[in-house]
Amino acid sequence: MQRPVPRRPGRGLARGIPAVLSVASAFLIWEVYVRLSGISPLMLPAPSRVVHQIVLNRALLWDNMVPTMKATFAGFALSLTVAFSLSVVLDFMPRVRRALFPIFVVSQTLPLVAIAPLVVLWFGFDLTPKVLLVALVTFFPMLVALVDGYAATDPEIEDLMRAMGASRGQVFCSARLPSAMPYFFAGLRISITYAVVAAIFAEYVGARAGLGIVILNAKNSFRPDLVLAAVVISSLLTLVLFAATALVQRIVLRWRDVEGHR
Amino acid sequence: MSLLQLQNVSVALGETRVLDDINLHVVEGEFVSILGPSGAGKSTIFRLLTAALPLQSGQITCAGEPLCARNGSFAFMPQRDALMPWRRIIDNLTLGLEVQGVTRKAARAQVLPLLADFGLEGFEQHYPAQLSGGMRQRAALLRTVVQGRPVQLLDEPFGALDALTRTQMQTWFEARWQTARWTSVLVTHDVREAVALSDRIYVLSRRPARVIAEITVPIPRPRLGRPPCAAAHAIEARLLETLLHQTGETP
Ligand SMILES: Nc1ncnc2c1ncn2[C@@H]1O[C@H](COP(=O)(O)OP(=O)(O)OP(=O)(O)O)[C@@H](O)[C@H]1O
Ligand SMILES: [Mg+2]
Repeated sequence: MQRPVPRRPGRGLARGIPAVLSVASAFLIWEVYVRLSGISPLMLPAPSRVVHQIVLNRALLWDNMVPTMKATFAGFALSLTVAFSLSVVLDFMPRVRRALFPIFVVSQTLPLVAIAPLVVLWFGFDLTPKVLLVALVTFFPMLVALVDGYAATDPEIEDLMRAMGASRGQVFCSARLPSAMPYFFAGLRISITYAVVAAIFAEYVGARAGLGIVILNAKNSFRPDLVLAAVVISSLLTLVLFAATALVQRIVLRWRDVEGHR
Repeated sequence: MSLLQLQNVSVALGETRVLDDINLHVVEGEFVSILGPSGAGKSTIFRLLTAALPLQSGQITCAGEPLCARNGSFAFMPQRDALMPWRRIIDNLTLGLEVQGVTRKAARAQVLPLLADFGLEGFEQHYPAQLSGGMRQRAALLRTVVQGRPVQLLDEPFGALDALTRTQMQTWFEARWQTARWTSVLVTHDVREAVALSDRIYVLSRRPARVIAEITVPIPRPRLGRPPCAAAHAIEARLLETLLHQTGETP
């Protein structure tokens, strides 16, 4: 019988140690390989060189990271709104769900390589096509997670609420929605890892600025070190977003952290 | 006049006939048990009363009026406690009042004074997962009681507990019931429990369930927490006899 205890701060850090070690050793092997083999930096630049490029080109990278971030955030906000609203509609109208769900599945089978140029063609080189592509790629995992989550509600809790005289809306807000939250966060974590990649891909196909453009230009001028520098920035961006969702999840799903769960 | 009455109620779920011509009634202030073997259809009766299942044939009246879905006559305690794991105990307890439209503050004010009596004082900020089985059951019971409905439907409230905790809870519950005198319908397959708590007991057959006996328990309360009397033993024996020597489909 314990009060809900906040996790000790040291433990979270300690749990990160294996990850840090494995990543560090991967880079170390890479570095050593490049130095020993004498491979040309035009083929494979060493990590130290990539880091050096990041420092040298920090202004360029920063200026191009901002549009990518904008596209990611706007696209994600759109996708979150659409996924949530749709999930509510679908939950209240099972017939609509059966009618529309195949369409959403098909939307996920469209190869990004084919659809991205079309979207850029239709909506131009501005923010709009990137936002749409990010939304297209990220909304489905969240929608599926929410719909599945609603369905996973304990029927006994729903029966109880109805026996209390609860309306359909009350059952949704007090039972179905909270039940879906663990599922939602699982979907959110998948979505968030797609988001930055989708934005960069959309830029790659056509944009005025962005990490995608940096990558495109660097590739065209045979600068793999700069390509990788942009890749590192985009990975960091994804990691930050991932950590942010983990933090929100920790707060929203605090009840799962207590003694007895786990 | 009876507060609750079931007349000729039959239910079939798919191909399975579950309830077969059930007749029973509950008078105000009375404690009635429905005793029956596992899988007989006891919970099904409650599902009818809480409108989780539509009435197929027969009649259910509550205070003389036909039962309709949302007339707010019953407070229901499901077989498993059905506490919401994401709500703290206090918020689980106020759920029924919240559904009725009572503000959170008023609901809490109503619940807080009852915590001590239900052995939950100091645990209102805990999550259900942090409570023992007995405490969860008491929380589920309190959540039922605070709804202030005329009749309480208790579906095996002590069924999931270990023998020792169950006996403690039954003794505690008897004391609570004696002061409050809720009109209660208890579903159970525990003969001892039925005899200890009830004014009257309906015995159901195996599926399809019919009422095969109606037994009055004229033993003065409190019955628990003291050596059981001969009359209780006699009734228990008779109930067991009825349950064991019934006809009907085997489950
Ligand atoms: N949807 C359904 N379709 C067909 N049969 C069902 C359905 N739901 C329940 N049953 C059957 O109805 C019977 C009665 O179920 P019920 O839950 O009312 O039993 P019970 O007396 O409460 O049992 P227990 O003591 O185990 O709680 C069971 O034998 C079950 O197999
Ligand atoms: Mg049952």
